[in-house]
Parts: sequence; structure tokens; C-alpha cells
Amino acid sequence: MVRGALGRIYEDGECIVEQGRTGDSMFVVQGGRVEVVQTSRKGREQHLAFLESGDFFGEMAVFEKEVRSATVRAAGEARVLKIDKRALMTRIQEDPLLAVNLLKTMSHRIRQLDDEIARHKKTHL
Amino acid sequence: MILSAHTSVADSFSTIVENEEKDFTLRDGSRIAVVGGGPAGSFFSYFLLKMANAIDLQIDVDIFEPRSFKSCGPAGCNHCGGIVSESLVQVLAAEGIVLPRSVVQRGVESYVVHMDVGDVAIESPVHERRIAALYRGNGPREGGDAKLESFDDFLQAKARGQGAAVVRKLITGVTQREGMPSLHCSDGTEESYDLVAVASGVNSNLINMLDDLPGSFESPKTTRGYICEFHSTREEILATLGQAVHVFLLSIPRFEFAAIIPKGEFVTVVMVGEDIDQELVHSFLNDPVVRRTFPTSTTPCVCSCSPLINLGMRKRPYGDRVVMIGDSGITRLYKDGIGAAFRTGKAAATSAIFNGVSARDFEKHYWPTCRNIVNDNRVGKVMFATNAIMKNSRLTRKAMLEMAQKEQRKAGAKPHMSSLLWNMFTGSAPYLEMFRGTLHPGFIYNLVLSLFSAVWPGRKNVRPKTKVA
Repeated sequence: MVRGALGRIYEDGECIVEQGRTGDSMFVVQGGRVEVVQTSRKGREQHLAFLESGDFFGEMAVFEKEVRSATVRAAGEARVLKIDKRALMTRIQEDPLLAVNLLKTMSHRIRQLDDEIARHKKTHL
Repeated sequence: MILSAHTSVADSFSTIVENEEKDFTLRDGSRIAVVGGGPAGSFFSYFLLKMANAIDLQIDVDIFEPRSFKSCGPAGCNHCGGIVSESLVQVLAAEGIVLPRSVVQRGVESYVVHMDVGDVAIESPVHERRIAALYRGNGPREGGDAKLESFDDFLQAKARGQGAAVVRKLITGVTQREGMPSLHCSDGTEESYDLVAVASGVNSNLINMLDDLPGSFESPKTTRGYICEFHSTREEILATLGQAVHVFLLSIPRFEFAAIIPKGEFVTVVMVGEDIDQELVHSFLNDPVVRRTFPTSTTPCVCSCSPLINLGMRKRPYGDRVVMIGDSGITRLYKDGIGAAFRTGKAAATSAIFNGVSARDFEKHYWPTCRNIVNDNRVGKVMFATNAIMKNSRLTRKAMLEMAQKEQRKAGAKPHMSSLLWNMFTGSAPYLEMFRGTLHPGFIYNLVLSLFSAVWPGRKNVRPKTKVA
């Protein structure tokens, strides 16, 4: 991982956002890889996805005041850029099309979720 | 309308209807020319094609750029300090444009403000590198074997990735032919387009060749800046300047401010002031404050230029089928020119795709973005005028420095002066936001305290007397 470039370096396993905590920013992976995991009520941790350069996460905190739905941590050394909610919303106000890119990714994630639910139902029938 | 004896009322009516129904909408097969392949031209082309693709509109975009940004020195240079602001880095990331490490010469995490009365390092409010120092071209002349990648080339590749074609021809003029703008190339060829976006900047002669087009394209007011590149080793630069950009507030006549920006094996010096000449450059480079920060007298200067800087204003940056973006049109005063190229490029592209390409369409849908920048620049002028007064008095310089130093020392202190200086020099916030910050009671109170301390240095804890009821 090259130091001196944009964003902040997170060491392997270092937590970037934590499930259940409140947040007011989203993040964009600049280099390396991060892992998204979710812990169930019974305390079982489930792997959801790996995200790579250009992928973003934590975007739900920009649009709603809810706690983080998952934990994201560095999988190996990762470089991640933080985007402030206030700065982003100010720019969206001036340029609403800026939100389209976020909507596209969120729409893609809903589609993935639908597939996952369908698969889950199939295996339990 | 005066009708001749031979003109029937029906003919006149049809002419009026024809004018009203003139098709100013981009359709399948429409051709768009972009003159200039710098950030404004590339952002415009990228978003134009991306939005066209989103609504299944088939258009052709030709970017006219005779230079290759892969070349070192003036052949591939765009005369710019090369700073991408914190706000633009974040917006680009949200747009899915990640600046690669090969393009970012250095991620900046702090600014050091230098004055004759002392220095203060202002850390990034989020303790993260969110400002990019980069090269618009492929680095300075005599750059040696440094492996640099140009920002302008990176953006042009993004536009090409969306389907834009880059034409390596110099445009020598733009005329109007049958209601359509026509481009004249240096090889004698001429091509007609449905829309021409002028993104050639203020350092090109093209902006003085638009008189034949409908509308009045008065040239923007400009001044001369100065940019110089010094070559050294990475280790030496890191040891002298660290990861910080160094800015100078010095009481030199005609001098506004200057920045020393570390970029890998090079150091860029940018000066802004009133028509900078050799005498002013010499005064700055030999100032003791500059010499103690960076040894400009012993480090070789490998490239220098005195580019024109747009002072922010063009009265009407559009006409029927013509739109001016980036530096050619409206830009931010002294700061964040790349950010302004992004905003105007995207706004013009949005207007062209979703509304139309007539002067009226641009006035309604493109001008509001430009107007925001123009209005903010007016506040910026007030801010720079105030800054000029403050930096010319030793007393106020001391007060500014002390206030910022206190804020940086004390964990959890409200960064009133630090935020103002950070935003003034990084270009991350609008001037209006900075101005509002200066009206905050905390800012005024702490500035008054610092002024007291500057007047009576022995009485550091002096507080203005408050009336007890």
C-alpha cells in the first residue's frame, strides 16, 4: 500500500465503521480491500461482501439517521476516503444528479438482496 | 417586422414559426465539439456522454486538443499549480472517479502558514489526506526520469472511456454557418457541429476569435501569475517541506499570496498578485521567510511560466449552440479552478442533454451554476481585500498567527481562525461560508483577545472588561 496518497490507511482488521454505532459520513475505498460483516442477535458474524477500489459504503448514514447496519473493516492494508454528510448534501443540493451514482449502487445492492432472499426462501422450502 | 411588397403575410408567419420551432435539442446523431482537452473539456464530455447513455441518446463528441498531456514541460502543460481541493476530491469519489496513486503526487494533510512574525501548521480538520497535489501535464521540462502521470490525461481517458474521440488538431477560428457553429482547423479543414463547448482556457487565443458567433463573448478580466518548478530528491523535499503545502502571507507590494507545493521529486511555487513580474518574483524568492522554508537559491529551477489567471468573470458564457466552460467562462477567484471546471462542465452538459442548446436554455439551466460562482467571487474579493489589509499590518499578522497557534495547540478548541485560513488557501469552502465564519461571535471575541495580546505582549491573559449588572 502506497503511503502519501489520498485517504487514510487502515491496517489489516482495523474497524472503519462499526455495526450499531451512529455515523454521519460515507466512505470510498481508494486502494486495497475491505470486508463487510454483520453480527446477528445471537452474536454470529456473517460475511456479506468484499469491497475494492472505487466501491463505497456507509451511504445509508448520509440519507437516514439510523445506526450502522454492518461493520466494515480492512481486509489487508486498505486506503479509504471519508466523505462528509454535510459537504455531500450541500453539493447534492446544487447538483441533484450527484445522487444518481449513489442511487445506482443502492439499487444494485437491493437487487443483490432480492436474489439473496429468493435463494434463502428456495433452500428453506 | 417590415414586409416588402413581394413578401406575403403567410411567408412572414412561416418564418416566425420556423424561428420559434428552431430545433435546439440534441438528438440521435447530434455532433458536439469540445475545444480544449483540459479538465473542463474532459468533465463536460464525460458527463455529456454518461447522461446521453443513461437516456439512450446516441451522440458524437469530438475533443479538439492538439497537445498530448503525456509530454513533459510546456508541450503538455496547462499552467496550473495543480491542487485538487478537499471538496472536489470528495465529489469525484462520490461520482465514482478515484484518483490513482500514479496521478496524485502527494496527498496533503496540512497547510503551514508562514509570516514574518512566525509560522503555524494547520492540520486537516479530519486528519486525513483529502487534498491532491498533482501535475496537469506530465511534469516539468527537464523532469528527468520521474514517473509521473498527468491529471489532464487521466481525465481525458475517462472521457474517451465514455466514447469521446480526441482530435489532435488546433482550432484557429469558430464561425457561424446556416445557424450552426463551424470550427476551422489549422490544416484548413472546417467542420460543422450542433454544439460547441469552448474549454480552451484564458491562455489560448481562441477566446478572442468568437466575434462571429451570436451573442457577445467579452473576454474575462485577467491578471498574470507565476509558476516555477524546482527539482530535488524525494527525501530532501520530505525532510524540508513534509506532507504540507506552505503558504506565505508577506507584506510585499502587489503580492497577494504564494504557495510552495511538494510533489514527489519536484516542488511547485505558485504566486498570485497584481501583474507579477521578475522584480516581484525576485523579492518573494529572496525573502528571508521563504529562504528559511525552502532553499530556492540552491535548488535548480527546471521550468517556469507566467500564465494568465481568469479573475472570475465573463458576462455571458453562452450563446445559441455555444457554451463556455471552466476558465474560458466563469471560474473561482484565485482558488479551485479545477473545481470550477467540474461544476461548470457538468452543469453545461446537464443543460445540453436535458434542456437544449439555445442561449435561452443555457441562461435558464446553466447560468444559475455560474451565477453562484460569480456571487461567491464578490464575497471572495471582500475577503482578499480584508486579507490584504490584515497582512500589511504587523499587529494584525501577529494577532492572526497567535489565534491560529492557540487553536492548534489546544485540543477541542473551536478552530475559528484555523478554519478560515484552511479554507482560504485550500479553496475547499465557498467564500460566503468563510465570510459567515468571520461573523461568528467566537471568531470576533478571540480575534479581539489576540489583538490585545499583540499590543501588550506581556499581558497574555488580558480579557476585555465586561460590565457587571
